[in-house]
Amino acid sequence: MKSIMDMQFEKGGVIVTKVDDLINWARLSSMWPLGFGLACCAIEMMGSYTTGYDLERFGIIPRSSPRQADVMIVAGTVTFKMADRVKRLYEQMSEPRYVVSMGSCSNCGGPYWEHGYHVVKGVDRIIPVDVYVPGCPPRPEALIGGLLKIQEIIRGESLMAPTALKKLKAKKTEKVS
Amino acid sequence: MTFEEIIEHLQAQFPTEKFEIIADAKQPYIILQADALVGVCSFLHTDPKLYFDHLACITGVDNDVEAGTIDVIYHFTSIALGHTFIIKLVVSRVLEKNPTVPTLTTIWKGADWHERELFDFYGVKFSDHPDLRRILLPANWEGHPMRKDYTEQEYYHGIKVKY
Repeated sequence: MKSIMDMQFEKGGVIVTKVDDLINWARLSSMWPLGFGLACCAIEMMGSYTTGYDLERFGIIPRSSPRQADVMIVAGTVTFKMADRVKRLYEQMSEPRYVVSMGSCSNCGGPYWEHGYHVVKGVDRIIPVDVYVPGCPPRPEALIGGLLKIQEIIRGESLMAPTALKKLKAKKTEKVS
Repeated sequence: MTFEEIIEHLQAQFPTEKFEIIADAKQPYIILQADALVGVCSFLHTDPKLYFDHLACITGVDNDVEAGTIDVIYHFTSIALGHTFIIKLVVSRVLEKNPTVPTLTTIWKGADWHERELFDFYGVKFSDHPDLRRILLPANWEGHPMRKDYTEQEYYHGIKVKY
């Protein structure tokens, strides 16, 4: 789909588009992540926010409240002490919500996988993850790549025909027949 | 003051106390009995010639199950006079027998967190400590991870611990 801003409008201020396209375009252009970091990956994440990489050009602006956030970037080592808090923050985010697991620690435990008694071996053991960004820590380019993947997920969604509802309906008819 | 001078000074003050002196180590130290610790330390702290105003760190070493002991090593520094001193205690690693180590929080406030860390990782209990809780691990964690015979719990709050 061509971006709305790329189209030429000849008369009046009327645009004809699909509601899904318009909403998805709006949503993927304003993915607000929860502003928090857990370890050294957070430094790379902060680097991505700075002028050099400028995440703001994607409309990605960190929010200080989970209630206002759409995306959670788990940037760093998730310890068992932190696990309860991460889960709580995730639960406080309103749906639809997305999770980027940034770096090896949060993907699978990283260097702590064998002897790190205190590290959760992958944040996906506590919350569902949409995109995994490999690296130790990943460069800002990699994180941006991960966030563009989230954009792709959003682009393919449909609020007009939610798939979850479809699945539920299919289950119901299955039971009836 | 050098290590030898400090020892001499201590022995003059505590003539009945038996110091086990290990002078040929890279960092020379003395081994004390736990019940002598507070007396010696408060002298180290207050004596104008020694004036150890800083308890730099407390280290733990688990000597494994066979030896059955844990070393508790205190590093003192006098910031004003620029000398250092090391005292080592050898305590039993059996938990029930442990509260024999007296706290140093009455002399150096900074001992508080050092001792909590030692309790957290080694299970060494300090008697008369004002607030002996775990400092880094969650309060309901099982076991003391720096012990040689430590095995992590299978689950923590429903999350599998092993990879």
